Amino acid sequence: MKPGGAGGARRTAPRDVAIVAFARSDHRGAAEGLSETEMLLPVLHAALEQAGLAPGEADFTCSGSSDYLAGRPFSFTQTLDGVGAWPPVAESHVEADGAWALFEAWVKILTGRADTALVYAHGKPSAGPLRDVLTRQLDPYYVAPLWPDSVSLAALQAQALIDAGHTDEEALAVLARRGGDDAPAGEYVVRPLRAGDCPAVTDGAAAVVLAAADTARRMCARPAWIRGIDHRIEAQALGLRDLTDSPSTRLAAERAGAFRAPVDTAELHAPFTSQEVVLRRALRLDDTVAVNPSGGAHAADPVMATGLIRLGEAAARIHRGASDRALAHATSGPCLQHNLVAVLEGETEGETKGEAR
Amino acid sequence: MSKEPVAVVGIGQTKHAAARRDVSLAGLVREAAVRALEDAGLSWADTDAVVVGKAPDFFEGVMMPELYLADALGAVGKPVLRVHTAGSVGGSTALVAADLVAARVHRTVLAVAFEKQSESNAMWGLSLPVPFQQPLLAGAGGFFAPHVRAYMRRSGAPAAVGSLVAYKDRRNALKNPWAHLHEHGLTLERVQSSPMLWDPVRYSETCPSSDGACAMVLTDRTGAARAPHPPAWVHGGAMRSEPTLFAGKDFVSPRAGRDCAAEVYRQAGVTDPRREIDAAELYVPFSWYEPMWLENLGFAAEGEGWKLTASGATELDGELPVNPSGGVLSTNPIGASGLIRFAEAALQVRGRAGEHQVDGARKALGHAYGGGAQFFSMWVVGHEPPTT
Repeated sequence: MKPGGAGGARRTAPRDVAIVAFARSDHRGAAEGLSETEMLLPVLHAALEQAGLAPGEADFTCSGSSDYLAGRPFSFTQTLDGVGAWPPVAESHVEADGAWALFEAWVKILTGRADTALVYAHGKPSAGPLRDVLTRQLDPYYVAPLWPDSVSLAALQAQALIDAGHTDEEALAVLARRGGDDAPAGEYVVRPLRAGDCPAVTDGAAAVVLAAADTARRMCARPAWIRGIDHRIEAQALGLRDLTDSPSTRLAAERAGAFRAPVDTAELHAPFTSQEVVLRRALRLDDTVAVNPSGGAHAADPVMATGLIRLGEAAARIHRGASDRALAHATSGPCLQHNLVAVLEGETEGETKGEAR
Repeated sequence: MSKEPVAVVGIGQTKHAAARRDVSLAGLVREAAVRALEDAGLSWADTDAVVVGKAPDFFEGVMMPELYLADALGAVGKPVLRVHTAGSVGGSTALVAADLVAARVHRTVLAVAFEKQSESNAMWGLSLPVPFQQPLLAGAGGFFAPHVRAYMRRSGAPAAVGSLVAYKDRRNALKNPWAHLHEHGLTLERVQSSPMLWDPVRYSETCPSSDGACAMVLTDRTGAARAPHPPAWVHGGAMRSEPTLFAGKDFVSPRAGRDCAAEVYRQAGVTDPRREIDAAELYVPFSWYEPMWLENLGFAAEGEGWKLTASGATELDGELPVNPSGGVLSTNPIGASGLIRFAEAALQVRGRAGEHQVDGARKALGHAYGGGAQFFSMWVVGHEPPTT
């Protein structure tokens, strides 16, 4: 896959931007009796409190969610009530995982129109049959009428990986158990994927605060600086893609500078164990890298917040001093169609500080 | 840190219609995108990223359709961002694309917004089911008509003002080949005697439901220097949001709209919009929103907007032409309507608006709003690069 455009994208870092706060919900399954706003509100407050921001104080607000999960149009208009958008706020929304809302907010800070940004995401996949709902993402003329569900498509990918010799069911079972769960990989859901290979889909929400330069240093003892962030998409049609590879992930990682130096941590948005295999190969992650120390998307998949949580978890590890250079990844679409990669770093002792770098 | 100046060098629209059964979703967006690229003298390979905007996915029954459309939009191997800020989304799409250039993340960005409303029933698609909303609140007209009545009561505007707006916009649309409605032979009397839908909004004072797409190529100074036609330069852009409902909300003149306009004028160095803006493309889905927005946007004092409309100032040859393209009242693929406003403003300052060109337009305003009159996006474009 080649980068698009004759001029290509320019790599400039005119402004240092960091993740300075992160909070997520810890639901398991359906958040019964809670509206999306009620689910989101405590998470927003936790993130804002970490950053020392009052509701409505961030210079820019951006969220990610999907009407198709909520089962109603404009679902994000209700969650705006949780933000404290009065007086009115500079605000935007992506119909995607919150990781892409973070990207939009990062761009806004780079323009100089904002120094701080609140980014949040929420999803209630429990509102409908997720496997059926996600079929509506597919080509509406040739594919969606067949209702191929998300697990079946992931199973095609897993089988392609096995056929190519990149993994086998035993290796997948090892990945499935890594979350500390000793249970066997379970019954087949769709061959070759067993229950343990599939994500623990849950309702949930997450929030992150971004800040520029010295503002970030004031808000956080050890900000997680975004050294690079990029995202790339592939064609959707499965017949046009090599499902055993993820060229869009590799290209996004190159653009984000992920291969310039080794990372110690990687938070991968891989709902299925087989997709972790694809991503590890595309990102050249070896056994020295702590992959998904949070448990990853596989352990908790609050759809539309899962990718943002990867960025937040990687940042939180830097905040805690448990990582110096971490990679965070988010995905969207069937079989890893659209991928975002960010490289986060903590400053080490004696490093030069200041806006110019 | 200085931002990169942003130029609009390519604009394309589809022929808008009640139902474009001749094209798929991919065919619809490509039709607009190809025209924008031709206008810019560029090919698919020259764009570094694509920003896609549309309103609720239920309108076409495709969840996050940008995933399926990536290939059709020449986006494979590039970043695709999908924006959804309700009815203001078309404007937000242009602003997000402009930010990518301003921040020097990308040099040339394709912005595309569309809606193919014939795939579903837009009125019911906009009517939230129980338990999200009380029953019998059918469509956007049912939501906005009470606010129009509040405006009439507050301002004392005579009942005929709405029909004047509709009559003007529908006649302007006759000069715009892309417009959905081309009502030859329309008379003011016919507007005024058309069926009442949501009192005081009559059938002819209501936007149609359209299939259509709009595309725009935004680029940096280098790209603008290479462009075959004069660019439009972004002088200011902003979004503002407020909650749908709360005690004290002013539905007639929402504060988010006023704040958004103030910020855009500040960025663009506009101190007297009535004198300095040569053409305005405002999101007017129901006729009465023209005088309401004229006040909200600072073109007229509170309670005075209807007088500006009634005086003929907003006609194509008036002192402040509003919606020379025919506006949302003549063309409304909801997710694209905001981008069409932004694009039509840019066409005016590029001098490329054709028959509905406002003579000598140098600065123009593009405006969009959405949700419960709560999401606003606006930009001011000029025929010269910004000085700051």
